[in-house]
Amino acid sequence: MHELAVTQSVLDIALEKAKEAHATRVTGINLVIGEMSSVVDDCVQFYFDFLSQDSIASGATLSFERIPAKLRCRQCGHSFTPDEPPWSCPTCHQWDVEILAGQELYIDSIEVE
Amino acid sequence: MKVKVLQNIMDANDQIATRNQQLLDKNKVLALNIMSSPGAGKTSLILETIRRLKDTVRTAVVEGDIASTIDADRINKEEVPVVQINTGGQCHIDANMVNNALESLSLEDIDLLLIENVGNLVCPAEFRTGAHKRVMLLSVPEGDDKPYKYPLMFTLCQAIIVNKMDMLPLADFDITAFQRAVTGLNPKARIFQVSCKTGEGIENWVSWLEAELKDR
Repeated sequence: MHELAVTQSVLDIALEKAKEAHATRVTGINLVIGEMSSVVDDCVQFYFDFLSQDSIASGATLSFERIPAKLRCRQCGHSFTPDEPPWSCPTCHQWDVEILAGQELYIDSIEVE
Repeated sequence: MKVKVLQNIMDANDQIATRNQQLLDKNKVLALNIMSSPGAGKTSLILETIRRLKDTVRTAVVEGDIASTIDADRINKEEVPVVQINTGGQCHIDANMVNNALESLSLEDIDLLLIENVGNLVCPAEFRTGAHKRVMLLSVPEGDDKPYKYPLMFTLCQAIIVNKMDMLPLADFDITAFQRAVTGLNPKARIFQVSCKTGEGIENWVSWLEAELKDR
């Protein structure tokens, strides 16, 4: 639902980094987004196409690397991918779990000319 | 040519949030970002908190809503400073909106700032505002499975308030299962069971808040 704000930030960062690299065009942006971050790929691309008009990033392709959710049991240290809730540790059946991965939301790199 | 970036998409917002917090710290204001689904009882909790603390704590409120001033009007009756943010359709409050709100408050005359976020369990979790503590409410009719559906929200909050406890006999809400899910994900979170309607449990929430205010 907040893809518009997220996309504006993506565009701002990409344009700033492209300027630093003295690029004339941004052709691609590689994003890393955790499965648990509530960001919808198609929606970001849709907003991006709109927001990037008249910029050097117009027409750039966004690619999304999705990081699966990963939890770790604080009791026995076992790491696992959560399935259906409730999220207890499949090894020791404790409920004490921390989220290791799946909440990422960053730009890995941009493709420029 | 590939240019490595490795930058958090929320950086710009986070920087403003950090500045907001510095401004609040300078004025010794404790700020809470209060989040929940629509209708869970954020405004009711804020009203109850203002009333219980009114003799000892100078409270102000920032009201975030997509549209309308209904909530701000309710708060206004308590005669505390209130700033309305209309997000114009945006599903969350961001740090810049809070920054604008802070500019219209006399921070030196405030001890406690309650920021009521837009009713939503998804987006507000992603945007820092600069508040010191994140507080969320979940009301009993929403169900005890919400920590699994909105893990980010439940992981980030320092205080989680289960509101509408008076409705427990009417709902299939397993409070033990809920506490187990929350504590599993976020062992440090304080869980309060309250009813803003009957006043049940509010004293525990207010005591926690008073202790946080003392630490400032």
